[in-house]
Amino acid sequence: MIPIAEIVKLSIQSLLRNKTRSVLTMLGIIIGVSAVILLVSIGQGLQNYITQQFESLGSNLVIVLPGKVGGGGGGFGAPNIAGSKLNLGDVDKLSRIGGAIESVGAGIEMPSSVSYLGKTKYTTTAGLTAEYQKMRNLTVSSGRMMTDSDNRAGRNVVNIGPGLVDSLFSGANPIGKQITIGGQKFQVVGVLSKIGSGGFGIDVNSFVVLPLTTAQKLFGMKSVQAIGVKARDKDSIPEVIRLVKKELSKRLKDDDFSVVDSSSLVATINQILNVVTLALGGIAAISLIVGGVGIMNIMLVSVTERTREIGLRKAVGAKPKDILIQFIIESVTLSVVGGGIGVLIGFLGALAINQFIATTVTFWSVALAFGVSAAIGVIFGVAPAARASKLNPIEALKYE
Amino acid sequence: MALLISLSKVTKTYKLGDDVEVSALRGVDLNIKEGEFVAIIGPSGSGKSTLMHMIGILDQPTTGTVELEGKNISKLTEEKLAELRNKHIGFVFQAFNLLPRTSALENVELPLIYSGDSASERKQKGEESLNMVGLRERMDHTPSQLSGGQQQRVAIARALVTKPSLILADEPTGNLDSKAGDEIITLLKDLNKEGNTIVLVTHEREIAERAKRIVEIKDGQIVSDKKTK
Repeated sequence: MIPIAEIVKLSIQSLLRNKTRSVLTMLGIIIGVSAVILLVSIGQGLQNYITQQFESLGSNLVIVLPGKVGGGGGGFGAPNIAGSKLNLGDVDKLSRIGGAIESVGAGIEMPSSVSYLGKTKYTTTAGLTAEYQKMRNLTVSSGRMMTDSDNRAGRNVVNIGPGLVDSLFSGANPIGKQITIGGQKFQVVGVLSKIGSGGFGIDVNSFVVLPLTTAQKLFGMKSVQAIGVKARDKDSIPEVIRLVKKELSKRLKDDDFSVVDSSSLVATINQILNVVTLALGGIAAISLIVGGVGIMNIMLVSVTERTREIGLRKAVGAKPKDILIQFIIESVTLSVVGGGIGVLIGFLGALAINQFIATTVTFWSVALAFGVSAAIGVIFGVAPAARASKLNPIEALKYE
Repeated sequence: MALLISLSKVTKTYKLGDDVEVSALRGVDLNIKEGEFVAIIGPSGSGKSTLMHMIGILDQPTTGTVELEGKNISKLTEEKLAELRNKHIGFVFQAFNLLPRTSALENVELPLIYSGDSASERKQKGEESLNMVGLRERMDHTPSQLSGGQQQRVAIARALVTKPSLILADEPTGNLDSKAGDEIITLLKDLNKEGNTIVLVTHEREIAERAKRIVEIKDGQIVSDKKTK
């Protein structure tokens, strides 16, 4: 029995003698592996982004959304924001319950334009109660936050995101300046702290925050789009949900509102995104299989082309097993090297795309893509290798 | 001199389709002793290739026995035959059968890979063997950089490298011009003088005459077996 290291050397020598063909054969695997890694990284990035967004809402939070969200059938409906029947009265009622409920806040969000001295920026305007700002973990880096008194009085004051300091004020101190939102003037009283990196083209650092009542006046709305209810601790979340449902049911129909806790919402969304990620990865995996068929094709051609070589090797003492192992190692080398290059390209591709869309390269996608490509090398290498090892040396030597 | 290979009452029948059978060998008895230089001559279709395959233990007889150094090979497995070929037989082919894009030295080392020699042993034996055929200076050349005669000498070096009991040359001059062919036969004669046993298969009487013994085969049977002058 000759050492496996020698056969590996033989296989690699054979591949190097046919560089162009080896590279072209690997191309299928390279594309397959990098596609799997890239697509899964996009799916995973999306998942992380959404989880991160929800986590910025803070923990132990129960959210009341207008309309029917989710459902027994596992479906996932969108909240009915435009037809919201929730209002500030509900917020007051909920905040008076106490007990398991620590605090209650509410908010609305509308797209709008913000301008200062002729410069205009299209962004999102949020109207938030002071409590809701806390729930969303918003803080200011300079100036002051919105207060309850701003909210009660409906003052025209605004906190702006740090991104707007650059785009509207060219970096100058904006505190005390007047900006225009939807045709009305507002005084900047604070600059929000920078949060996260965002993604999907949403500039999370460029939005503006008004007191909730001010925003309702500005947009002509009576309702609120979301009510946040903070529970005392994690264990009291079910109790909070029960209390909130009971209170709201006095005034509203079951279909008018939904009560979800942020962690179960994240779980539901993650479940959906997992399916999406798997589907993306699965589609990419098809190209891996195609790459494997490519390897088998080339290996079969190679066996035919090298019939005389195989005959010679057998004549000078190669056993069928030696030939079998050599050809399997050749195809495994092609798929493993191709897989390695694919991992590299997938990784670099994910980094490049990360400039536009959040991507996260996961270990399991790399391991899976690489493992599958190596397995493909074995599986699709066996048939050609078996054919080579069974060649009759006399026939093989005569082969023209 | 000790008996190297011995064929007794060897027949070989090939099946072509269901009913048609072709007898390539019909009861061949042949003994080759150590140190001999035997030419096997015969027209095409005479069974000379089949006989060569028996001597080279590439094939096994339908009936009869083939003994290599007293050991019956008729019932051995393919694995065992490969091992015996590696150890005992050095092949030289008409078409050289060198691996393309592979240096002369690596080509010569090939049989040693399958006998399990280490890389340094292979290199040393390979260079020695190339030295014997006068091509040590060209050991880094690939076949396409060598003339036909040189390629065949590399092939002979490859056959010699395992120090086999027998060198089996199948039409070694068939692809060469007469001058290069003559040099190859001279080389084989020299190797025989140094003690190597050589079996030369050819269809050219002129070349066969340069061996010490000529075995003539026709229609699957040996029709003459005599020493040359």
